[in-house]
Order: sequence, then C-alpha cells, then structure tokens
Amino acid sequence: MIDVKNVSKSYGPSVVVDDITLRLPAGGMISIVGANGAGKSTLLSMISRLLPMSAGTVTVHGLDVTKAPSDELARRLSILRQDNHVVSRLTVRDLVAFGRYPHSKGRLTEADRGHIDRVIGYFELEPFADRFLDELSGGQRQRAFIAMVLCQDTDYILLDEPLNNLDIKHAVAMMKLFRRTADTFGKTFVMVLHDINFASCYSDHTVAMRDGRVVHAGTPADVITPAAIRDVYGLDTTVQETPEGRRIVHYYV
Amino acid sequence: MLHSTSVKRPAVVLAGLAALAAVAVALYMTVGVRGDWGFVLAFRGMKLATMIVVGYAVAVSTVLFQTVVGNRILTPAIMGFDALYGLLQSMLVFFLGAAFVAAWDPRLRFAVEVAVMVIFSVTLYRWLFSGGLRSLHLLMLVGIVFGVLFRSLMHFLNRIIDPTDFLVVQDRLFASFNRPDPGLLAASALTVLAVSVVGLRWLRAFDVLALGRDAAVNLGVDHRRMVTGLLLMVAVLVSVSTALVGPITFLGLLVANLAYMLVPSHRHALVLPGAVLVAVTTLVGGQVVLERVFAFDTALSVVIEFVGGLFFLFLLVRGFAR
Repeated sequence: MIDVKNVSKSYGPSVVVDDITLRLPAGGMISIVGANGAGKSTLLSMISRLLPMSAGTVTVHGLDVTKAPSDELARRLSILRQDNHVVSRLTVRDLVAFGRYPHSKGRLTEADRGHIDRVIGYFELEPFADRFLDELSGGQRQRAFIAMVLCQDTDYILLDEPLNNLDIKHAVAMMKLFRRTADTFGKTFVMVLHDINFASCYSDHTVAMRDGRVVHAGTPADVITPAAIRDVYGLDTTVQETPEGRRIVHYYV
Repeated sequence: MLHSTSVKRPAVVLAGLAALAAVAVALYMTVGVRGDWGFVLAFRGMKLATMIVVGYAVAVSTVLFQTVVGNRILTPAIMGFDALYGLLQSMLVFFLGAAFVAAWDPRLRFAVEVAVMVIFSVTLYRWLFSGGLRSLHLLMLVGIVFGVLFRSLMHFLNRIIDPTDFLVVQDRLFASFNRPDPGLLAASALTVLAVSVVGLRWLRAFDVLALGRDAAVNLGVDHRRMVTGLLLMVAVLVSVSTALVGPITFLGLLVANLAYMLVPSHRHALVLPGAVLVAVTTLVGGQVVLERVFAFDTALSVVIEFVGGLFFLFLLVRGFAR
C-alpha cells in the first residue's frame, strides 16, 4: 500500500501539490488523470523520492521514502519519468540489464540473465535487442525504458505517461501487458495517463487531480462521468457505456 | 555518433590501444639515443612516468566529470580549475616574489596547490547543492563565471607584476614535461593511486550514474553522496595534473571523446582504461613528434591545444553537445 499523508510541494509562493492525503491499495492498476499542470507528475516524483516534498510523508509498503535506504527502496518501487535521455551509448539489452542493478549491483547472475531475456520477450524487443538506443524510434525507445523498469521486478511500478510516443497498437499492447503483470504477479501499477479512455478501460482505481488537489478518486465508474470530467478538465463530454460495461468518453468534437 | 551497429569487442579495442601506447613508449625511450644508455633511459623514464601519471589523471578526471554532468563536451576546465591554477601561480609570485617561490620545496607547493583546489571545488559544490534541484547546470554556469573572474584577476596581476617575475609565471602556465621532479612525481603517483583505489569500488555505480539522476535514484544509487565523492576525486586528479605540468585544457576532451568513440561499451571498467591508453599515446606520441620533428621548438600543450581545439569544433559541428 502507498500511503500519502498531507503531502505538499511549493516553489516559492506557487503551490504545485497542495496537501494531498491519499491511500493507494496494493495490487492492480491505479491511474492518475488531470489537466496539464495539475501536479500529477510532481506527486509521482515525490512518491518515488525523485523530488523532495515541502511537507508531508509518503510510505510505500511501510517504508518512509525519504528515510529508507535508497537501494532497499529500489527493490520495492520503480519509477519511470517522461523524457528519458541517456548520454552513454547503450544497447537495448544493456538498458534492460540495468533493471537488475538493485538486485545484483551490476554483477549479473544466471537468474538475472533469464529475467532480462524474458522481459525483452514480453516487450517484443528481440529484433532490436542489440541495437543502440540512439538508433531506435521514439516508441521503440519508450518500450525499452519501460522494459528496464519492469526488469527491476518491484512490487510497485510508477510510470509517468508510459504511453508517450506509442502508436495505438503498442499502446494497447502495453496496457494489456501491465494488466496481465498486475493480475499474475500481484504488482501495483501507478500511472499518470493522458488518454482518459485508457484510464477508464484498464484501471481499478482512478485519481483525478486539479490545481494540486485530488478532486475525485474511486473506481472508473465513479470518476469517469461527464460531471466529474467537467470538474477536472473544464470540458463538456459525453460518456458512453459499451456492451461490455466499459465507459468511453467522447471528447474529440 | 559513429555509425556502426556491429558490436566490436571492447577487449580487442583495448588491446589495440595498449599496443599503440606501447609503441609510443618504445619509440620515446629509444629513438635517437646517443651515448650512455643508462643515463638516457633514467632521464627519459622520469619524463615518461610524468606523462603517464598526467595522462591517467586527465583521462580519468574528464570521463568521471562527464559522467556526473551527463554531457560530453564539458570538462573540469569549465569549473574554472585551470584559471584558478593560473591565478594561484600569479599570486604566489606576485606576493612572495619569483626567487622566494623558486626556493620552495616543490612538494610543499604541490600540497598547497592541491589543497587549495580541492577546498575551492568542494566549497563551490556544497554551496551550490544546498540550493536544490537542477544545480549542476548552475554549477557549470558559476564555473564559467569563476573561470572568467580568475582569469581576469590573473591577467590583472600579470600586468602589474615585475617583468622578470612575469616570465616565471608564464613559463609555469604552459604545460611542459621538460622539468620533471622526482619528489613531486612520487607524491602525485601516490595521490592518483589512492583516488583510484577508492574509485574502484564504485566502478559499476558509475555506469548507473551515467543514466542520469532520475534513473540512478530509481536504481537505488545514493546520488548526492556519489556526486560529492566523484567531484572530490575529479578535483584531486585535476590538481595533480595541473600541479605537475600546468593546464592542458583540451587533452581531457580529446581523449575522453576518442575513448567513447573507440571503445564500444558504456561500462566505465572499459571506457576508463581506454581513455587512459589514448591519453598516454597522445602525450608520449606528441612528445616524440615534438622532440624529433620540431626539435623542442614548441611546448607540447601548444600542439595538444591546437589538435584539441580542432576536435572540439568538430564535436560541436557534429552535434555532440546535446
């Protein structure tokens, strides 16, 4: 369980995250939605200790993220931010192998190698496993980075806009892979998503933010409603339910 | 970037570089020997050892610095090190006089210079890092400003200094391997060795650090501590090389980037030896050319700055400054 208590972040007078208290259950997929600048990424960065908070505490599985040893946290929780850029010349396999660092500190064991091969297989990265990252398309690179984070094999996986740069086929495949991983291995995914329909169709729990606060939280059925969406984005939409009971938001026209 | 998808074996490349370095060393030690071999070998051996220590210090410090800042065009010189070294020399001569400074034990001067440079960089670093996020960019900016400040102060002192004293300063400010000092060399070698032993434990963590701060923290590296330690090591290494032979600004840039291009690996365990071998080859080979072709008419740093400057422009044009 991720326990967020009275967490705030401010830069001088401007408050980006404003006193958020939130309890995210373990297991399953949690999505965070909201307009640009609502504080979603900042919240995710604070939960994952990448950014110090101005006030409040975050515990992940009972570990206080600001106090627990970083290498212990790295075996419990992983994070991928947007816009990943690496200076070193790495192949996809090198990058994915870094996911094992918290476990083996760079000395790969047979078990690590098995893990790396398996993850590369899941993400269908075999054709370019030995290509350098700077020779890949943005979408392929994004998949390689997500593969690294999954190779870390942590209970909690935090992803900031994981579907960035992915075409619709790969976006769907990615979400299905997350779903399967969450169901099979009991992992917890916490994701910032921009496509509200992915949030609606795949998550167990949705958190909607506006101006640094959580304005709605609950199952997609609670949060994906025209009224709530107007609240969060200030946009009028219609929500349709498919025969399978999925809620789709129409906002294109 | 060099366009080669075929993964050359790093070991082969390293072996090739080692062979090149060995050839350079052999040439340096044997070409044009006349008279007593024992004397010549001992005399040249001293200069060779100086070049190896300096090459090692410059190569390792540049690669580690670039790992910290995540940019392959910035070098420790950008932090104002060379400029501080120059200012320090000028101040010593200005306030104490050339004759007095010349009478100092070189080891004492070395210790003072290393201490001042390390204190400077650690103070600068600590001061900047208490500021919070994105401070590395600020560090670089302040480094450039400090560099200009130190250089201006140095030029000011040099303008009002006694002309004879100025010649002494000017001599110190051009890198030269022609006045080796056994005591100083031994002290430098020991310092470099101590730094390397510390760094060896962190070799694999360096690879993670090169992924950038976020990824390194995600993988459980104590980023703050690691960066402090690395900057300290860089400070000591840069001090050693500048104190031994004076500033060679572009050598680090040249050898680090050549190593990245030649060694097909991201691992510091392979890139660092590659950079050291390139540095030794460049320095020793350059000295051979200098002594045999130009007959000592110029300083090695002039040759290296010229080649390094061209290389720097090449890197800029090719878009390496990301």
